[in-house]
Amino acid sequence: MSATSVFELPSYVQSSYFGLVVTQLEVSLGATLAGLVISLPIGQLCSRLPKFYPPMLGLVTIIYSIPSIALFVLLIDITGESETTVFIPLTLYTLAILVPGVVDGIRSVPREVLDAADGMGYGRIRRYFAVELPVATPTLMAAIRVAAVSSLSLMSIGSTIGNYGGFGDLFLLGLRFFDNRLIWLGLFSLLALSVLCDLVLRWAQRLLTPWARSRRSFG
Amino acid sequence: MSIFNYLRQFFDNPAYRSGYDSIWTRLAEHCEYSLVALLIAAAIALPLSILSGHTGRGDGAISAVAVIGRAMPSLGLLVLLAVELGLSLSVTMIPLVLLGIPPILLYTHAGIRAVDPAAVDAARGLGMTPWQTVRKVEVPAALPLILAGLRAAAVQIVATATLAAVVSFGGLGRYIIDGLYQYDYPQVVGGAVLVAVLSLATLLVFWLLDRLLVSPGLRSR
Repeated sequence: MSATSVFELPSYVQSSYFGLVVTQLEVSLGATLAGLVISLPIGQLCSRLPKFYPPMLGLVTIIYSIPSIALFVLLIDITGESETTVFIPLTLYTLAILVPGVVDGIRSVPREVLDAADGMGYGRIRRYFAVELPVATPTLMAAIRVAAVSSLSLMSIGSTIGNYGGFGDLFLLGLRFFDNRLIWLGLFSLLALSVLCDLVLRWAQRLLTPWARSRRSFG
Repeated sequence: MSIFNYLRQFFDNPAYRSGYDSIWTRLAEHCEYSLVALLIAAAIALPLSILSGHTGRGDGAISAVAVIGRAMPSLGLLVLLAVELGLSLSVTMIPLVLLGIPPILLYTHAGIRAVDPAAVDAARGLGMTPWQTVRKVEVPAALPLILAGLRAAAVQIVATATLAAVVSFGGLGRYIIDGLYQYDYPQVVGGAVLVAVLSLATLLVFWLLDRLLVSPGLRSR
């Protein structure tokens, strides 16, 4: 046993532990955020025009069912072996979680609340940002947490197309150099990061919905 | 369109027409891994979740399993087990089975819990035993969600069976992994498209099962 710290990685990893943390967070949470930006208008459209919801749900389910490794390698032809190649499929996958989350969130806003906002003279846009989004936040945040955690773990498949899997890189390098400590380190780091992200998002949810604090806590 | 060129090169290559590396062999391997894993996962998860849904217990435990299932990196587990327990097919099946269990548990439990209590009361009133109530009322009424859980598990398993190639086994992932190492992009594209088609076919099979098995009385909802 050497005296070096477990966080000191062998040279063939070609990245520091901190570097892996940064890549992992950047790509997974970036994809979750991009997915949210796409899902908000789609969800709004689907709750306005309920006819669109079933086909949209079918579409995101079909995309979600395509294995990530297939999407990663097909994208190599377009975006090369890069972080973008991992980022795009991760973003698409979050839609399967976030679009239903946004729709359920908007549907959870009681009709009377909207009527009250209208009665107070709120315009469409102000009502959306000041009333609908905040009231939908608990449902929405539950979906965001699921999307973030699954992106974090799904990203590890990115290691198959080069060193773009964050901690997933340690899985394949550990296999290639038969170093089980590297694999354990990758697994534990990924799980710890997932738990940490979930905690931070829960905390953010509490800050965003101070009125819910005195009542029951949401999922 | 270069993807189509790559695909043509792949499908024109005689190496993938017959022999150990033929498309049919790899497809059969992939289906075999996936089916065995799905059957084992269902054999474990279905009885447990039908019981928990029927008794209305274990909500917390089931949602905890679901969270762990989502956070679990399948590639990490696969590689870890291969290094710790050795390269054998049964070891490779472990992560596939583990991955299939959470969705089946979650959906089946939620499905049975959501069965109209009036229907369950009516079944009791008719003098059905608990076992008859489960078999004739709760399971048929929860079937859409039970199938949705099996579908989610099957899709996950088919996707992850691709990774069996990472730890030296067959299946359609063989083309992707070998192609990446040999800088043979047509082979990579061929494998990826075949895996994607197999996943969509899995969705289709479960959609058909839903049409065939679910009682028409539940359809209107």
